[in-house]
Amino acid sequence: MRDLHHLSVAELAALLRTKQVSAVEVATRFLARLGGNPHNAFLDINSEVTLEQARASDAKLAAGTAGPLEGVPIAHKDVFVTKDFVTTAGSKILTGYRSPFDATVVRKLREAGMVSLGKLNCDEFAMGSSNENSAFGAVSNPWETSHVPGGSSGGSAAAVAARLTPAATGTDTGGSIRQPAAFCGITGIKPTYGRASRYGMVAYASSLDQAGPMARSAEDCALLLSAMCGPDVDRDSTSMDVATDDFSRDLLRPLARAGKDGGALKIGVPRGWLSELRDDVSAQFNDQLQRGSPLVDMKIMSGVQELMRQGAELIDIDLPNTALAIPVYYIVACAEASSNLSRFDGVKFGHRAAQYGDLLDMYQKTRSEGFGDEVKRRIMTGAYVLSHGYYDAYYLQAQKIRRMIADDFQRAFAQCDVIAGPVAPTTAWKLGEKADDPVANYLADIFTLPASLAGLPCMSVPVGLGEGNMPVGMQLIGNYLDEARLLNVAHQFQMAHPECHTAQPENLP
Amino acid sequence: MSAAKLVHGYEVVIGFETHAQLSTESKIFSRASTAFGAEPNTQACAVDLALPGTLPVMNRAAVECAIQLGLALGSHIAPRSVFARKNYFYPDLPKGYQISQFEIPVVQGGEVSFMLGDEKKTVRLVRAHLEEDAGKSLHEDFIGQSGIDLNRAGTPLLEIVTEPDMHSSEEAVAYAKELHKIVTWIGMCDGNMQEGSFRCDANVSVRKPGAALGTRREIKNLNSFKFMQQAIDYEVRWQIEQIEDGREIQQATVLFNPETGETRAMRTKEDAADYRYFPDPDLPPLVIAPEWVERVRSEMTELPRAMAERFVRDYGLPEYDAATLTQSKPMAGYFEDTAKACGQHKLASNWVMGEVSRRMNADDIGMEQLPVSAARLAALISRIHDSTISNNAAKDVFDALWNVSGDLISDPGALSVIDDLILAKGLKQMNDSSELEKIIDEVLAAHPKNVEEFKAGNAKALNGLVGPIMKASKGKANPAQVNALLLKKLG
Repeated sequence: MRDLHHLSVAELAALLRTKQVSAVEVATRFLARLGGNPHNAFLDINSEVTLEQARASDAKLAAGTAGPLEGVPIAHKDVFVTKDFVTTAGSKILTGYRSPFDATVVRKLREAGMVSLGKLNCDEFAMGSSNENSAFGAVSNPWETSHVPGGSSGGSAAAVAARLTPAATGTDTGGSIRQPAAFCGITGIKPTYGRASRYGMVAYASSLDQAGPMARSAEDCALLLSAMCGPDVDRDSTSMDVATDDFSRDLLRPLARAGKDGGALKIGVPRGWLSELRDDVSAQFNDQLQRGSPLVDMKIMSGVQELMRQGAELIDIDLPNTALAIPVYYIVACAEASSNLSRFDGVKFGHRAAQYGDLLDMYQKTRSEGFGDEVKRRIMTGAYVLSHGYYDAYYLQAQKIRRMIADDFQRAFAQCDVIAGPVAPTTAWKLGEKADDPVANYLADIFTLPASLAGLPCMSVPVGLGEGNMPVGMQLIGNYLDEARLLNVAHQFQMAHPECHTAQPENLP
Repeated sequence: MSAAKLVHGYEVVIGFETHAQLSTESKIFSRASTAFGAEPNTQACAVDLALPGTLPVMNRAAVECAIQLGLALGSHIAPRSVFARKNYFYPDLPKGYQISQFEIPVVQGGEVSFMLGDEKKTVRLVRAHLEEDAGKSLHEDFIGQSGIDLNRAGTPLLEIVTEPDMHSSEEAVAYAKELHKIVTWIGMCDGNMQEGSFRCDANVSVRKPGAALGTRREIKNLNSFKFMQQAIDYEVRWQIEQIEDGREIQQATVLFNPETGETRAMRTKEDAADYRYFPDPDLPPLVIAPEWVERVRSEMTELPRAMAERFVRDYGLPEYDAATLTQSKPMAGYFEDTAKACGQHKLASNWVMGEVSRRMNADDIGMEQLPVSAARLAALISRIHDSTISNNAAKDVFDALWNVSGDLISDPGALSVIDDLILAKGLKQMNDSSELEKIIDEVLAAHPKNVEEFKAGNAKALNGLVGPIMKASKGKANPAQVNALLLKKLG
C-alpha cells in the first residue's frame, strides 16, 4: 500500500469501505502531517474533533450504514461556518468566532461520511488572488515556497497539493477555486451558480459566490461535487431546485461521443484568449495580456490538442466582452461586499474595539481595526458605486454588461459544448510581487471572471508546468448544469496524461 | 376634488406612510416567531441576528397579505417586484441593511375611500411595499449603555404610501381609521396601535392656494388617532407661524410629544443618509402569477363595501344602516347572524346599532366580549315580532341577558332562555282581550270626564285613558290592541 496521504478520495473511500484501513487510522495519519502547520495552510485544527468524527465514521462502516465517502478526510475553507471549528474567513474581525450551525455544504459532506481535518487559510473574506490578504499570514505554494498559492482558496489548494488532505472545499467568486487550483497543480471545479447551497458561507459577493471541491483529480471532484450539491431552497433562495446529479456518471465517455448531440465533443476556444490567436481584439485587451506568459499559452494549446487527438472538434468562438469582465466584476462584487460586510459592526459578534467614545466611534474603530486593507478598499469601492448619483453610471451599467457577457456565452454554446482556455495569464508569482499593486492583481483575473459573472460551471485542470516549473491550469467552462460534461472532458484528459495531475511538488515530507 | 378647507388662508397638504405589521406566524425572511411581548432576544434566530452565513427566505404568507391588501384597495399587484437593500448602520439593524422594496414594489396604485361628514373622500395610494422591521433599542433600561432587543427584527411590514391627497387633520384621521378598518377587516394586520402593529407617519406641508407644494416635514410614529390629530394640528399651526414670520420651512423628520402636544425636529435633510439602495442579490425577484392572485381573491373575506351593498340588496336595509353595521367585521357578522336567525332584518339592524352598541359603549367592551349571543338577540327580536313583548319590555330582557352569563357560542335553547326571562319578569304582553277588556271597562268607569270629552269630539282625551290602562296592565297591554278596543267601546 502506498502512503495513505498519496491516495485519492476514491482510493481512500474504497479502502475504508473494504475495511483495509480504519477512519481513525486515516485521520491520525493526516493529522500527523499537519504538525507545524506546513505552508500556513490551516487556520484551525482540533484533533479531538477530527478523531471523534473518525470514530463515528468507523462505527457507521462497521454497522453498514456508511455514506459514500465515509471516513475520507477533507478540510474546509474558512469561509464555511462550522460548529466544531472556529470560523474567521481569514479576518481579524471574526477572530475566535464560533458558529452555532454548520454550513449546508459542510453538513452534506459530513453526511456523506467525510471527516473534517479543520479550517483552511484564505484571503480575508475571499477577497484576493494570492492568499496574501489573510489576516493570519500568507500561505506558501508547496511547489515553490517563495511563491503564492493563488487565492482566495489558497489554503485549500496548498493543502491538497502538499498532501495535507486528499480534498478540500473552496469557494469561487471570481476565480477563487480555479486560480489557486491552477497555481498549485490540482483540480477544482466551481459548479453552476445555485447548485451548491450558499447557506453558511460567509458572504462576499452574493450573486457570484459559489462553493466547489478541490482535489487531485476530476474523478475525486465528481465524487465530492455529488455530495456537496443539491437543493436547499428553505435556507438559500438562490439555491436551484434541481435534483442532485451523479457527476461521475459520464466520466468514462470517450470525447468522440461527448458532444450534446451525441457526436464528437466541440471545444470552443475564445479568440484572443491565447496569444497565438490574438488578432482582432481591442488594444485595451492586448495591453492587459502583455503580462501573459507564452509558456502558459503553449501548455493550454497542448491540452486542447490532446482533447482533439481524442476526437474533440476545435471551434473558434467569440467572447467579445471578456476585457469588460474586469471592471464589471469589481463593481458588482464590491457593491455587494460593501453591504454584506456591514453586519461586522462590533455589536453582536466578532471583534469590537477595546476603547471607543460614542457609537460612531465604536463602529469606526472596530471596522478600522478589524478589516484588512483589501477589504477596506473593496468596501469603499462598493459604497462609492452604489452612492446617489453614481449608481446609474457604475452599478446599473455593470449589470447591463454582465447580461451581455452571459449572452455572449449563450451564443458560444450554440456552437460548442465546452469552452477551453487558460485559468490565468501566468503561473504563480512571487510572494509580495504584486502586494502593492491591487490593479495588477485584478487584471490577472481576466479569464476567470467572465464565467463567474455568467454563473456558469467551470473548472481548472492541471496541464503541466510552465515558467519556473510552476503548474499551469487549463480552464474548462460548460453551459448551465453541464458539470458532468466538464468532468467527463477533464477525466478523459487525466486518463491520457496522468503525469499532469499526479505530479507533485518536490521534497514533500 | 372639492375646494380644500383653508387654515388662516393656507391650504394644508398631507400624505401618509403607514407601517402595517403583518399577522404572520413567522418572520418575513426567517422561521422565528413574531409573537409580541416575549423576553428580549428570545425570538430572534440566526437569520434575524445576521450571523455569518445566514440568508433570507421569503415568507409566502407575507406575500399573500400584500396581495390581499392590493385586492382590497383596487391596486395593481405587480407580477414581478424586487427586494432591495437599504444600507445604514444602527445597532438594532443586525445586517447593516434593511431588506425592503424600492424601485418595483409589490402593490402599485389603488385608493382608499371614506366619508368625512357627508362628503365622500378618496385618497390615492402610490404603493405598498413589503419590508422587514428592525429590532428595538432600549435606551432607558441600562445606565450609560443601550440594550438591543432583536425580537422585532425581521417582523413583516407593509408600508402603505399615499399621494398628498389629504387637506385637514380630520381627513387624515378619517383616512387612517378607514385604512385601519380595512387591514384589520381582511385580517392582514391586528391593528394594535399600542404594540406598534399600525404606525403612521404623516408628511405635512402648507401652501397658499394655487401655489407649488410647500416644503414638508414628516411626523413619525403616530400611534393613536388622537395624537395623530393633535400632532397634525400643531404642525400646521407651527408651519404657518414660521412662514408668516418670514422663516422658511426646512425639510425635516419630527417627533410628536404627547406630553407637550408639540412636534420637535429629530433630523433635517442635511443629515439625510444615502441609503445606497440596490437589488438584494440574496432574493430573486418576487414573481406573483395571476393564478396566485386569483387563489387569494377566492379565499378572501368579503370586503366592507361589498358587504354593505349586499345588506341593502338582500336585507332591504337603508344605506346608513348598512354602512354603520360594516364599520367592523365582528359587528357585521353579529348583525348578520341575528338577522338570519330571526328573519326580522330591520329590527335586527335597529337593535345592533341601538341597544347593543349603547351597552357596549357604556361598558367599554368590544364585540369579542359581548355577553348576548346573536341567537339570544334573535330570539328576543322574534318575541317582539310575534307581539309576546313590547319593544320597551324587550329592553328589560336584554338588560337581564347582559348580566347573565351562559353559553354564547352555540345556544340552541335561546328561545327558552328568553321565554323564561319574560315569564320571570312578568313582561308578557296582555294579548288576551277578555282580561284587557275588563281593565278598560274599569278605567272608563273611573274616568267619565275623559269619555265625555272624547265623545264631544276631543280626540286627545283618548290619551288620558290609554295611560291609566297601560299602568293598570303593568305595561303588559299591547298598545295597538288597547287603542283598537277603546275605539270600539267608545265608538
